[in-house]
Amino acid sequence: MRMESIIFQTIARQALYVIILFSLFLLGRGHNEPGGGFIGGLMTAAAIVIQYLAFNLEMVKKALPFDGVKLIGLGLLFAVGTGLGCMFSYGTFLDHSFTHVILPFFGRLELTTAFLFDLGVYLVVVGGIITIITAIGEEGK
Amino acid sequence: MLLIAILLPFLAVFLLPFLVPVLQRKVGWAVALVPLFLFAYFAGFIPQVAGGEPVIVNYQWVPQMGIDFSIYLDGLALLFALLITGLGFFVVSYAVGYLGEKENLGNFYSFILLFMGSMLGVVTTGNLLVLYIFWELTSVTSFLLIGFWFHREISRYGALKSMLITVFGGLAMLAGFIFLYLITGSFNIRDIIAQGSDVVAHSYYLPALILILLGAFTKSAQFPFHIWLPNAMEAPTPVSAYLHSATMVKAGLYLLARLTPALGGTPEWFYLVSGVGLLTLCYGSFMAVRQTDLKAFLAFSTISQLGLITALFGFSTKLAVAAAAFHIFNHATFKGALFMVVGIVDHETGTRDIRSLGGLREYMPITAIVAGVTAFSMAGIPLLSGFVSKEMFFTASLALPMAGVAQWLFPAMAVLGSIFTFMYSMMLVFNVFGGKSKDPSIRPHHQGDNWSMLWPPVILASVNIIIGLFPGLVEKILVLPAASGTWGAPVVEHLALWHGFNTPLLMSAIVILVGFLFFRGQQAVVSFVEGVQNHRFNLNVLYDKSLVWLNDVATWLTVKQMTGFLRDYLVFIFLWFALSVGGTLILKGGLNLTTLDLSPVGPYEIALALIIVGGALGVVFLPTKLAAILSLSGVGAVVVLFWVNLRAPDLALTQLIVETVSTILFLLAFAHLPELKKEVVAKSQKLVNMIIAGASGLLITLLMVSGNATGLFDPIIADYYLRESLPLGGGHNVVNVVLVDFRGIDTMGEITVISIAALAVYSLVKLRLGKRGNAE
Amino acid sequence: MELLMSVVIGILFALGIYLLLSRNMIRVVLGSALIGHGTNLMLLTSGRLKRGISPFIPADGGAGLSFTDPIPQALILTAIVISFAVSAFLVAMVYRSYQELGSVDLSELRGVEDE
Repeated sequence: MRMESIIFQTIARQALYVIILFSLFLLGRGHNEPGGGFIGGLMTAAAIVIQYLAFNLEMVKKALPFDGVKLIGLGLLFAVGTGLGCMFSYGTFLDHSFTHVILPFFGRLELTTAFLFDLGVYLVVVGGIITIITAIGEEGK
Repeated sequence: MLLIAILLPFLAVFLLPFLVPVLQRKVGWAVALVPLFLFAYFAGFIPQVAGGEPVIVNYQWVPQMGIDFSIYLDGLALLFALLITGLGFFVVSYAVGYLGEKENLGNFYSFILLFMGSMLGVVTTGNLLVLYIFWELTSVTSFLLIGFWFHREISRYGALKSMLITVFGGLAMLAGFIFLYLITGSFNIRDIIAQGSDVVAHSYYLPALILILLGAFTKSAQFPFHIWLPNAMEAPTPVSAYLHSATMVKAGLYLLARLTPALGGTPEWFYLVSGVGLLTLCYGSFMAVRQTDLKAFLAFSTISQLGLITALFGFSTKLAVAAAAFHIFNHATFKGALFMVVGIVDHETGTRDIRSLGGLREYMPITAIVAGVTAFSMAGIPLLSGFVSKEMFFTASLALPMAGVAQWLFPAMAVLGSIFTFMYSMMLVFNVFGGKSKDPSIRPHHQGDNWSMLWPPVILASVNIIIGLFPGLVEKILVLPAASGTWGAPVVEHLALWHGFNTPLLMSAIVILVGFLFFRGQQAVVSFVEGVQNHRFNLNVLYDKSLVWLNDVATWLTVKQMTGFLRDYLVFIFLWFALSVGGTLILKGGLNLTTLDLSPVGPYEIALALIIVGGALGVVFLPTKLAAILSLSGVGAVVVLFWVNLRAPDLALTQLIVETVSTILFLLAFAHLPELKKEVVAKSQKLVNMIIAGASGLLITLLMVSGNATGLFDPIIADYYLRESLPLGGGHNVVNVVLVDFRGIDTMGEITVISIAALAVYSLVKLRLGKRGNAE
Repeated sequence: MELLMSVVIGILFALGIYLLLSRNMIRVVLGSALIGHGTNLMLLTSGRLKRGISPFIPADGGAGLSFTDPIPQALILTAIVISFAVSAFLVAMVYRSYQELGSVDLSELRGVEDE
C-alpha cells in the first residue's frame, strides 16, 4: 500500500501534526462544542492512516511506535477507572462531577471527570482503528 | 437462623469432598447428622406452631418484583419439614448399609442433601416464585438421584422421564402462579390466601386452577401422569424410599394443601381433584396386583395411595383435610419402611421377583414382622395407624359437600380401591415371606436379619403400631395444626381407633372380607387384570412415541432451515419480518399516511436525495468492485451532507472521517479479493430476492411514515436532556453530555464493542491456523 | 422532508437487502454498509427533522429556544463508529475465508466436508 508520490509524502508529513493537534482540540472542546472522544479519536487515527498511505508501513511503525492493541486496553482502563473513581467518590458508577477554575491569563476553565471518560473513548477509537488498518494493511505484501 | 437451617443441606454439601476420602462408607453417618439436627430444630417449633402461631420471617430478595425469600412455617409446613428431615435421617442411615464401597458415595450423598434442601425450601417458603424455584430444583435433583446408576440405560430413561414430566408440570404451574399474580397482585402465599374469595370468583380462576393442578398432579404422579413413577424405581432403594414416601411425590400434595384456602371449595376443585384422586387410587391399586417386581408393586401402591390423599384434599371438608394430613404422616412411615424392607430382600437374595421369592420368614423373621406390620397398616387393618386414617377417609367420602352422582360413586370408588390395596398388601407379605421358597436357587446370603439396614424400618414400623393404638399422640401436635394450616382456619377433629358401629366400619369390613377373598383367588384376579390391560397402546407407548416424534420434527425443521447458505437464512428472516411486522401494521390499522406536520423540503434536499439513491443504485449495479466502493463512499458523503443539513454537526464530523477511513479499509482489503462477477442466478431466485428486498424497503418506508404520523416520537425525553445538560452535566454540547454523562454506561458498552471488533480483526488476520486447525 | 427521507431510507434498505441476498460475499459487505446508512438516517428522522437549532445550549440556558432532538444524534454517533468496526470485522472475515477457501461465493461455501 504505497503511493510513492513526493507531493503526497510532503503534505502528509506536515499535515500529521496539524491534524493531530486539531483532533486534540476537538477532543478537549467536545463537552461544549462539536467534537468529543469519538470524533477526536477518529481524526487522530485518520492522520496516522494517511501516513501509512504515504509512506510504507514499517517506516511509520518505527517513527510512530503505537501499539493499537495496547491503546485499546489503556482506553478501556481510563473509561472503567473514571467510572470506578466516580463510584468511590459519589457512590454511583460513572456519576460525573465538574467544577470551574479560574486560571490566570487563560481565564475560566472547566474541569470535569467526563473528560477523563471521553479520553478513554478517544484512546479506544484510535487504538481500534489503528489495529484494524494495520492488521489488514500488512497483508498481501 | 431459620434461613440457615433451611439452607443447611446445601451448605453441608461443600464439606463432602473433604469427608468422603477420610470416612469412606461411614460418611453416611456424618451426613445423617444434618437431617437429625434439622429434625430436632424443627421439632422445637412444635409448641409455638401447634399453639396457632406460625413462624414468619422475611428476607428481601427482589423487592421490585415482589419476590421475597420469606419463610412461612405453619402447621402444614412443619409437618412436611419434620417428615422430610425425619425420613431423611432414616434413609441416609439405611443407605450406609445399602451402598457398597464401590458406589460413588460422594455423588449419592451430595445429591440426597441437595434434594433434601430443595424439598425444605418448597415447604417452608411463603413466596410462590421461590416455591417454583425450589420445586424445579427438586425435579433436577431427583433426576440426578433416579439416574444415580447412570451407566444403565434404563436408569437414564427413568430419570429423564421423571424430569420431563415433572418439569412440564412445573412450567404449567408457573403459568398458573402468574395467573394468580394477575388476580391478586401478589406472589406472597398469605396475601393470595387472604384474597381467596376474589380468586375463586375471578374469570382467570379456571385456567389458574388447571395449570396449578397440572403441576401438582405431575409431581404427585396422578393419573395419567403417573407413568414416570414406575420407571423411577430404577433408582437405588434408599432413594425410592425417600422420594416416594415422604418427599418428591408429596410436594404435589403439599401444593394442593397449601393452596386449598385460595383455590378450594368450588365444584371445579371438588370434581377435578377428588375425581382424579379416586381414579388414581383405583387405577394404581388395580395395576399393582399384577406386578411381579417388588419395587413395581410399591410404585403402583404409592401411586394409588397418593390418589387417596389427593381425593381427600379434593373433598375439601375439615374432616377430609385432617384425614389427609394424618394419612400423609402414615404413608411416609409405612411406605418408607416397606421400601427399606424390599431393599433388604433385594440386597440379601439378589432378586425382587415375587414369582421366585417365598418363605423368607424363616431366614429373616424380624424383617418379615416389619413387612407385615407396615403392609397391614397400608391395608387398613385395625390397631394400626393406617386403619385410623382409612376410617377417616371413608367417613369423609360419605360426607361430601357436593350432591349428585358423587354421593354414591365416590364412596364406592373408595371401597373398590381399598379392596385392591388390601389384596396387594397381603400378596406383598405372604407371597414373599410366607409359604415355601419357590425357587431353591434363590435364598439369602446368610441366615438372620441384617440389622445394619433393618433398624430404620423397625423404628418406622413401631411408629405405625404406637400411633395406631394411640392416635392422640400426634393429633394435637402434628395432624390438627397441619389440617388447620391447610384449611386456613382452626380444625378440630378427633382421631380415634374406635368410632362405634357405623357405615365406615362396615366399609372397612367389606374391604377386608372381599380383599381377603381376592387374595385367596389371586390367580383369577391377576389374570383378569392382565386381560383388561392393553399392551400395544398404553400411556408409556404414547410417551415414547411423542418423544420420537418430537425429535423427528426437530430434525426435520433443522434440516429444512439450516441449509448452510447465508441467503436462505436471510430469506427466512426478511420474509418473517415483512409478514409479521407488515401484517401487524395493516391488520391493527396502524397504517397512517398523513402528510401533515412535515418540515419543509427545498431543492437542495431533493438533489441530495436523488444523489444518494443514485449512489446506492451504483453500489448494486456497477460492474467492478472499485466502482462499487467509490459509489458507496459517495453515498456516505451525501449522508454527511444530510447531517449538516439536519443540524447535526457532531455526526457530520464523525461520518466524514469514518467514510474516509472505511473507504481506505475497503480499498486495502478488496484489493486482494477477486473481481465482482456477474452473478449467475436462476431467474426465479432473482425474482424472489427482488420481491423480498422491495417488500422490506416498502415496509420500512410505511413504518417510518406511520410512525411520524402518530407523534409518539415527539421529543418528550429530549426535553429532559436539553434542560438538564448544562446544570447537571456541565456541558453545552448536549449530544456529548448524553454520550459521556447521562448515558455513560451505554457508551462504555459501545467502546467495548469497538475493542472486541478490533481484536477480532487482529486475531482473524494475524493468527494463522492450518488446514487441520493447528497454529502454523 | 420526513416523507422524502422515509422514501430514501426505504430505497436504501431495499437495495441493501437485495445485496445481502446475493451470493458474493463482497456484495454482502457492501449491502450491510448501505443498510447501516439507512438505519442512521432512520434514527434521526424518527426524532423529527429541523425542529430547531443544533443542540448546543447557550450560556444563558437557552430558554425559549427550540432545539433538534439530541438523543438520536447521540445514538447515531456511536452507531457510526460501531458500524465501521463491524464492517471491518466483516471485511476481515471475507478476506480470510477467501484466503483459506479460495472463493467468495457463499453457495460454494455451504457445509463442511465431514458434516
